[in-house]
Amino acid sequence: MTGRLPRAGIEILAQEKETRIQSFGDWRAETLGELPHDLEKRLSRLKAKKVLWDASRISGMDSSGMVLLTHYLNLLRGQGCEVELSGLREDQQKLRAMVDAYAAPSTAHKRQGESRLLSLLADTGEAVAGAWSDLVSFLAFLGEDFLVFLGLVLQPWKMRWGAIVKNIQEAGVRALPIITLTSFLIGVVIAYQGAVQLQKFGANIFVVDMIAISVTRELAPLITAIVVAGRTGSSYTAQIGVMKITQEIDAMRIMGFEPHRFLVLPRVIAVMIALPLMIFFADIIGIIGGMVVANIHLNISWMEFIHRLQNVLDVKHVWIGVAKGPFFAWLIAMAGCFRGFQVSRNTESIGRYTTISVVNAIFLVIACDALFSVVFTRLGI
Amino acid sequence: MNPIISVTDVVTRFGDNLVHDHVSLSVGEGEIYGLLGGSGSGKSTLLREMIMLQQPESGRLEVLGYDLNRLSRNEAAWLRRQWGVLFQAGALYSSLTVAENIGITLKEYTALPRSIIDEIVHMKIAMVGLPEHAAQLYPAQLSGGMVKRAALARALARDPQLLFLDEPTSGLDPIGAEAFDKLIMELREMLKLTVVMVTHDLDSIWTIVDRLAVLGEKKVIAEGTLEQVMATQHPVIRKFFYGERGRLRSHHGK
Repeated sequence: MTGRLPRAGIEILAQEKETRIQSFGDWRAETLGELPHDLEKRLSRLKAKKVLWDASRISGMDSSGMVLLTHYLNLLRGQGCEVELSGLREDQQKLRAMVDAYAAPSTAHKRQGESRLLSLLADTGEAVAGAWSDLVSFLAFLGEDFLVFLGLVLQPWKMRWGAIVKNIQEAGVRALPIITLTSFLIGVVIAYQGAVQLQKFGANIFVVDMIAISVTRELAPLITAIVVAGRTGSSYTAQIGVMKITQEIDAMRIMGFEPHRFLVLPRVIAVMIALPLMIFFADIIGIIGGMVVANIHLNISWMEFIHRLQNVLDVKHVWIGVAKGPFFAWLIAMAGCFRGFQVSRNTESIGRYTTISVVNAIFLVIACDALFSVVFTRLGI
Repeated sequence: MNPIISVTDVVTRFGDNLVHDHVSLSVGEGEIYGLLGGSGSGKSTLLREMIMLQQPESGRLEVLGYDLNRLSRNEAAWLRRQWGVLFQAGALYSSLTVAENIGITLKEYTALPRSIIDEIVHMKIAMVGLPEHAAQLYPAQLSGGMVKRAALARALARDPQLLFLDEPTSGLDPIGAEAFDKLIMELREMLKLTVVMVTHDLDSIWTIVDRLAVLGEKKVIAEGTLEQVMATQHPVIRKFFYGERGRLRSHHGK
């Protein structure tokens, strides 16, 4: 066992004519210990005409040890010493011959640092080129998707309805618990924040307006979309990415199953159907959350709340919120699937693209929401 | 012959599926030992049991004189350093370059400085016949044959006494497979390795394997040198060596 093996070491005996290096111990990767540092310290500045390196007391040696020995023999020669190695056993000589035969020229792998400015420019260029090729491949993806979709509009029986239903269940129904929780809490938070301000004016009842409109128009769609982006968008990237690594996608292509028809469109359509319904669901739960707080904190009874709700909440607010659903859904599902197809052959890239897809999806959803706000304001709705 | 690995009465079961029913065999020092058998005959499972990735239900496995069922943590760690494993698909770490893959055990377990590790890594790369520029490539950028060679270099990084190969030539073209077989022979000579390989490549069996065991019907059907095994009248062996693909080889011999 390793613990019992003698540690490797050297002794240097400087004599008049020559310097004798006595090496001993076990020269294996595990037992070398501090020897490399020791050698570096003691040999790199050694000035001697003639060096006799005695290896006869080395008890065992592996290729790591031999590489180390060879390295310092060459170093000493490089410093102008005349080096003589003695005492290698037969098997060690074979090892030495092998190491010599395969040793790489040690100058081959020394890379000089580039200038900072140059590498900054190179990085910037790479990033721009990367973004550009991303855009181009996204447009290609979009085009292929659209063509396949057109084909399916003409031949709707070819649509994978079963897959759509399955994806609705996966992305929609299974997400209801987390949607319930988040939208309820959003309702609670809005009600609390509003309550504190409105109480100052004695305008408690207006909390209903605030909750109803903000939740249905903005918050429920946004929160639901973000939850779906984190939950479903990421899983789409990972699923498709793994299929790409295992070459399932290639297998589908050669069998004539367009991945867009079998993988992308069912997912996109499923989320586009599920998300508006989930938004409507989140509307209800969010308002209930607000109602609970209004009841406890502001003493607005259930009946009062609902009566007021009927007066202030135009249907158009609900419709606007729900109508954002398909747009958000399209962005999320497309980003998820597109990034999945970009996964390359190594496992690390799945993680990277999953992260990118979620970040992209959330950004796109928020950007799209901002665009909607501008448009609706201009239109006066 | 000095047995380096001995397997005695090993029984393995996956759920209701009995894989090994009292399997026994032994591998001698310095041999290239082949484990043969059809798909699902449990040869890879046996290999995994030898390298402590899996435990048999009962039976005794002894490697380098240690009983794998009774190992202290230190002994297990020591044993793991004595062998290198080439997995079927290479199992290179995909986030590391080839050079980092090969050097990782040296970097983690020894105090060697980087420059020395680099030299060792370059030597191993040259030894397995990879071009120098391969060092900086990632596994995803390598061809199948290069992956195998890189994985072999990683298995050899710390000069193991024992080398386990799981279907080393599968997925290689005949020329690549032959070169790989030759490489293993050379390395055995140079490094005094004992090699255990799972294979069903008839060419490898003819050219490099010293002794072999044929697994089938949950047992070892035959064990010994190729001549001894081929003399066995078991139908599985008849089929294996005298089937369409085996016949040609059997006629021409080595």
